[in-house]
Amino acid sequence: MKKTIKKTVIPVGPVHPLQEEMEFFQLTVDGETVTDIDMRISYNHRGIEKISESLQFDQVPLLVSRICGICSASHPLAYVQAVEEIAGVTVPDRARYVRTIIAEFERIHSHILWLGLAGHFIGYDTVFMWAWKYREPVLDMLEAITGNRNNYGNLLIGGCRDDIPDELIPKIFKDLDDIEKKMDMLTKAIIDDPILHARLKGVGVLTKEAAIKYAVTGPTARGSDIDIDVRHDDPYAAYSDIDWNVCVAPEGDVFAKAVVRLLEVFEAIKIIRQALRKLPKGPVKSEVKEIPPGEGTGRAEAPRGETFHYVRSDGGNRPVRHKARAPSYVNVPSFKASCIGQKIADVTITLAAVDPCYSCTERVAVVDKRTNEVICDYDMLLRLSREKTERIRKSF
Amino acid sequence: MNSEELRNKLSEIKDKLTKTEEPIDNRIYLYCESENSYAVNKFLFEEVPLRFVIATGIDSDDCFEIIYHYSYDETGCVVNLKAFIRDRENPEIESIAPFLPAAEWIEREMHDLLGIEFKNHPDMRRLILADDWPEGVYPLRKEVKQ
Repeated sequence: MKKTIKKTVIPVGPVHPLQEEMEFFQLTVDGETVTDIDMRISYNHRGIEKISESLQFDQVPLLVSRICGICSASHPLAYVQAVEEIAGVTVPDRARYVRTIIAEFERIHSHILWLGLAGHFIGYDTVFMWAWKYREPVLDMLEAITGNRNNYGNLLIGGCRDDIPDELIPKIFKDLDDIEKKMDMLTKAIIDDPILHARLKGVGVLTKEAAIKYAVTGPTARGSDIDIDVRHDDPYAAYSDIDWNVCVAPEGDVFAKAVVRLLEVFEAIKIIRQALRKLPKGPVKSEVKEIPPGEGTGRAEAPRGETFHYVRSDGGNRPVRHKARAPSYVNVPSFKASCIGQKIADVTITLAAVDPCYSCTERVAVVDKRTNEVICDYDMLLRLSREKTERIRKSF
Repeated sequence: MNSEELRNKLSEIKDKLTKTEEPIDNRIYLYCESENSYAVNKFLFEEVPLRFVIATGIDSDDCFEIIYHYSYDETGCVVNLKAFIRDRENPEIESIAPFLPAAEWIEREMHDLLGIEFKNHPDMRRLILADDWPEGVYPLRKEVKQ
């Protein structure tokens, strides 16, 4: 007797079980050129702002550090600064430096993570493997300082939970030397590679005018010749005591954004070294009793751009309103300006260039303008992107 | 512009404002009624010009508030414009998205979560709430408990 085989279809996405940040992009194309892009977000809305209204002020840092696993220092930092503004708290000097060191380690690991993924998208898997290997010691350092590789949970209103033990400092210096050497090698390999120049220059250009209209921040803005960085413009933690540079590139293409991130890794190493040398003695916590009625804004420069928090207090022990804005919220809509007119093969890397986390590019659909049919999925986009790199490589 | 020049520039629009405050250094709060919000926002974004950061919608006891947060990056000043919507039954305000695409998403978000109507918004589809979320239930309003 003939057996019938039953097929089961399991739909995966847009809520993918392995990844954070569910987003869905629908590209409309004419031939190979993108003519429109539609974005849908909030497949995993967690209601953090509403939850925050039911927590006490000192519980909220742990909640907001879970907004993003990668930026888990920036969100609590912006929040505690907003509350410190309401209460007029002065943070101990040592805590300001510890905050700076953690925030810069976070920037290093996030930028290296992005570099690996960008390499993967264009078919440079060696870059992916190197970058992620070199990222490990950075996470180990964060674990040694805070006890966690991610979700550090080290920020309190009025200071930090844990201090950096003095005996750990020589090891941090040694590890920074190692990281710097490896990143130097990797950066030279990337910046001097003529194939990468051919592949990424002039691709996904976000003009300065569009960047201002979409109010983008972070490396997305600095790669489009906009000289903004909260660490420099509205200094917090210990940034005003430290000598460092804002990295800006004028071209606005994917290559410019990559250069900005690579240079920022070296600036971050420079900042950590200075902060460790200048690390003042003393406590890392100050006593905060009550949060008076009032309102405050706090912001921090996360690896992806400005993280902004607004907090309002009525004198009780919970915020009556807490608004959190992550940098991707303004960076992602700029795809409307950078993707339209591009070839499909360039879309994957253009979307990845604002560093909106891995999952965003996972759910891209391409629709034919004439028939309204979905003609291309993520795997095919990735293949097209890598094939284009291969063609350029062969022509050299 | 330095801080003083910024204050002078902002005073050009003072006839559309009800109050101006600077509780601490580098944090300015401007107050206006909802009907003047479009003109003041346009002035802040195009004339000063400031960088749009985000907007916060708040369900206050007797009205809705929208705080438009702007940043002046030369001095690191945060300029917050508070617009008050007094009609709680039919809260509506002019959309600023036609001249400021960066505000498109946050206005859709406030429409979803607080039920505020934005007049002349180019694309008022749902952004945050699921397609099968019931009409007329706005999760960020105070009457909605967890």
